Amino acid sequence: MAKKESSFKNMVVTLFVITMIAGFALGGVYNATKEPIALAKKAKTEAALKAVIPDFDTIYTYKVLPADGADSLILNKGFKDGQLVGIAIETYSNKGYDPTQIKIMVGFTPIGEIINTSVIQHKETPGLGTKMKDPKFYTQFQEKNPDSFKLKVKKDRGDVDAITAATISSRAFCDALTRAHVALKNEGGNN
Amino acid sequence: MNQWKNFTKGFIKENPVFVLLLGMCPTLGVTTSAMNGMGMGMATAFVLVCSNIVVALVKNQIPDKVRIPSFIVIIASFVTIVELSMQAYVPALFEALGLFIPLIVVNCIVLGRAEGFASKQNVASSAIDGLGMGLGFTFALTLLGGIREMLGNGSLFGFRFIEGDGILIFILSPGAFIVLGYLIAIINKMKKTA
Repeated sequence: MAKKESSFKNMVVTLFVITMIAGFALGGVYNATKEPIALAKKAKTEAALKAVIPDFDTIYTYKVLPADGADSLILNKGFKDGQLVGIAIETYSNKGYDPTQIKIMVGFTPIGEIINTSVIQHKETPGLGTKMKDPKFYTQFQEKNPDSFKLKVKKDRGDVDAITAATISSRAFCDALTRAHVALKNEGGNN
Repeated sequence: MNQWKNFTKGFIKENPVFVLLLGMCPTLGVTTSAMNGMGMGMATAFVLVCSNIVVALVKNQIPDKVRIPSFIVIIASFVTIVELSMQAYVPALFEALGLFIPLIVVNCIVLGRAEGFASKQNVASSAIDGLGMGLGFTFALTLLGGIREMLGNGSLFGFRFIEGDGILIFILSPGAFIVLGYLIAIINKMKKTA
């Protein structure tokens, strides 16, 4: 078939048809993947919850505004047989190496000790900042109470061993945990 | 054209990364580990094959003056399809590659093959060209990512073989340039002696 001439009408019609087909195709794909995407996100949050608080049968979720007033935190109170077993807080920090928010799920015992942490979202440098997911880094927070364990890297006169060559990511991690801890204390008592 | 040659030219002779030096942005940006490099390569390869086929199919329907916007719309559609599917089915990889997936749209390799090859050739050759180029790109990114991961992190595809930290600079951006430079030098040397 001969090549179409570049007349005004031909150009308009061609672009119109191409964009329309593309639009419909993308609409279809969006609809088809909407549910799996939501499920994947939910599965991730649930896995994080299970990782940071012990066995629970019911969970009670609500949002609180942190002391510095920015985005809200999500508090998940985990109960087993009516007894509070742990509070998981989905917290964040904007101080990471990448402008993307770092989101961390951190679990506290009812008395305020950190049980465990789990990184939900981050865009730190692979091989450096991503080491905050390595046990070597996150185990140092376990069973620590931020009241006595200063959530700051040693360079800032805190108690946290920073990741080698990723002080910024380590600071952001501490920043997120501090936010969660402050929110927990403000909530404290009224469970 | 001989289809086998058409397929293999993307690996060494016309390798998009080592010889044509196209698509440098994702090449340098995502290759901090072998897995990331491979994922990025596969995503690009998929887009390349699909867009090459479609461009070859519709090439006679598109007036010359609007061919670039038309190609971009076709490419962007496939990239969005890849992006949504990755988010749905391989969220971990999507997180690692993040920003670089939408950037496949402006990857010179994809538009370059659409404009330089698929808009002049038949569907079968275009598909093979896309596959060859895509796999060549994947090969280059995996190699680059593998070397950087080994030197910088002491692991390969996530399997650790030395404890502790590697030579951290290879994980950071300067390491990408250093490794790429050496690889290009080696490939050039190989091509000369071959």
